Amino acid sequence: MAARAIWAGNLKLGPATLPVKLYSAVEDQSVHFHILEAKTKLRVKQHMVNPESGEPVTSEDIRKGYEIEPGTFVFVDDQELEAIEPKPSRDIEITRFVPSGHVSHLWYERPYYLGPDAESDPYFAFVQTLRNQDREGIARWVMRKKAYVGALRVNGDYLVLITLKHADEVLSERDLPAPRARDLSPKELNMAEELVGALEGEFNVNEFRDEYRDRVMELIEAKAKGKRPALHAARPKRATTSLADDLAKSLAAMKRGTRGKERKVA
Amino acid sequence: MPKRARRAEAEVSEEEPSTRPFWSGTITFGLVSIPVNLFPASRSGRVSLRMLSPDGVPLSRRYFSQKSGKDLDDDDMIRGYEIEKDKYVVVTDEELERLEPEKSRDIDLRRFVKKDEIPPIYFEHAYFLAPAGGSLKAYQLLAETMERGGRAGLATFVMRGKEYLVAILAENGILRAETLRFSDEIRAPAEIGLPKPARVSKAAVQRFEKVIHARSANEVSREELRDEQAEKLRKLVERKEARHKDVVEAEGAEWKPAKVVDLMEVLKKSLAGKRAA
Repeated sequence: MAARAIWAGNLKLGPATLPVKLYSAVEDQSVHFHILEAKTKLRVKQHMVNPESGEPVTSEDIRKGYEIEPGTFVFVDDQELEAIEPKPSRDIEITRFVPSGHVSHLWYERPYYLGPDAESDPYFAFVQTLRNQDREGIARWVMRKKAYVGALRVNGDYLVLITLKHADEVLSERDLPAPRARDLSPKELNMAEELVGALEGEFNVNEFRDEYRDRVMELIEAKAKGKRPALHAARPKRATTSLADDLAKSLAAMKRGTRGKERKVA
Repeated sequence: MPKRARRAEAEVSEEEPSTRPFWSGTITFGLVSIPVNLFPASRSGRVSLRMLSPDGVPLSRRYFSQKSGKDLDDDDMIRGYEIEKDKYVVVTDEELERLEPEKSRDIDLRRFVKKDEIPPIYFEHAYFLAPAGGSLKAYQLLAETMERGGRAGLATFVMRGKEYLVAILAENGILRAETLRFSDEIRAPAEIGLPKPARVSKAAVQRFEKVIHARSANEVSREELRDEQAEKLRKLVERKEARHKDVVEAEGAEWKPAKVVDLMEVLKKSLAGKRAA
């Protein structure tokens, strides 16, 4: 049942080196379709075509070009591309450790699990330490001819390495103006605090399924059996409590007075 | 090509910013309604290399028939799900549309959790929420309350025919929505075959503490997140252009240069309460 690792590397931690393996942490579960020719029901094929002549171009004749200005290209060949590839390496360097959560999710690209490639003990010792210190590492490594930067974090009992987007791809809050009307009064803030407090709960992601995907699969299965699919309109999501109940709870709490009420510590 | 497949492709390349918001809706929180516009917080890395013909004409991707070898139009193609090898169930656009969740423009905040309770690998796509008219005060109130308490609001919402679970977060007074992955899309450590946690020695923990302290810092700079590969490629290309080597200008009817819109400017204006152009 063990998954195959995508890559193996050496996590460099000062004098220590932890051999690790990288595994994909997420698996796309959406329903995938193929494109078929209506007449034959055979899968279509793809090719690259010169839109001016209408003629297909074989892969040997395809050239790669960099659009340096709109409409102007510079040819680049495989040899030139190879010359600028990053040097291959199995090392995962940690340049620094910052407070956990410091790198905003806005930067997150793709998560991978890191598992020990040799003995488990040092690996789990490191997980424990990173968790105790409440820090995340900034990692740099080269994998399959590409250079990556990632956030090395604790996720449950294990390490995850989350690749990060590049600087020019992300808009940051720090560069954006926060909408401000005017200063909020303590009364307004207290009321909002009460309401949020009344709606506090736990994060239980298992409560939520991709129901659209379920409906698509039901449709497909019905059609496969030759049945007429029941295309029922999707049931709109309804919360388990009514808004009126939630509000009543919070208003009652406010009436009783905030200090007297037992609440989870914020 | 079926409309949906085209739409899906368009979505992928559609990280190209436009002046219109990605989506508009209303956050509801108690009795408070906050109309918002959604903007993607990131654009996918620009594809720097184009496929060209030997004389520099940008190529187009076309679908063609296995049988006849001829190129196919949208109307010639349908969508199929493979149930067995080479056996497909056809699904139409109309059928998929009927299965879509009820159209809604609401992000209904019913539950707040500690931001840190959500494991980092659940976060998928992030969007900034800018106030879309109505009172700025409500927006500010929600942002401030959530930021103070280190909380995230959980909600479901429907966008472009799909239903998402989102976490609404606030940072520096700005709200954002981050879609969360479904639990069955996250692989469990046991599934992967990771070993069970071992007992840990104090000595080992102390050794690692030293390592972490030696490299602790408070900040990461944008510098560290530069795309060095892209920069090297750009430099290579600029050198070639300067020598007039391998440069070609595209003409031809099909070629449209990419439109560049400054998403940052659009977003700034939107957050300042000005209408997007």
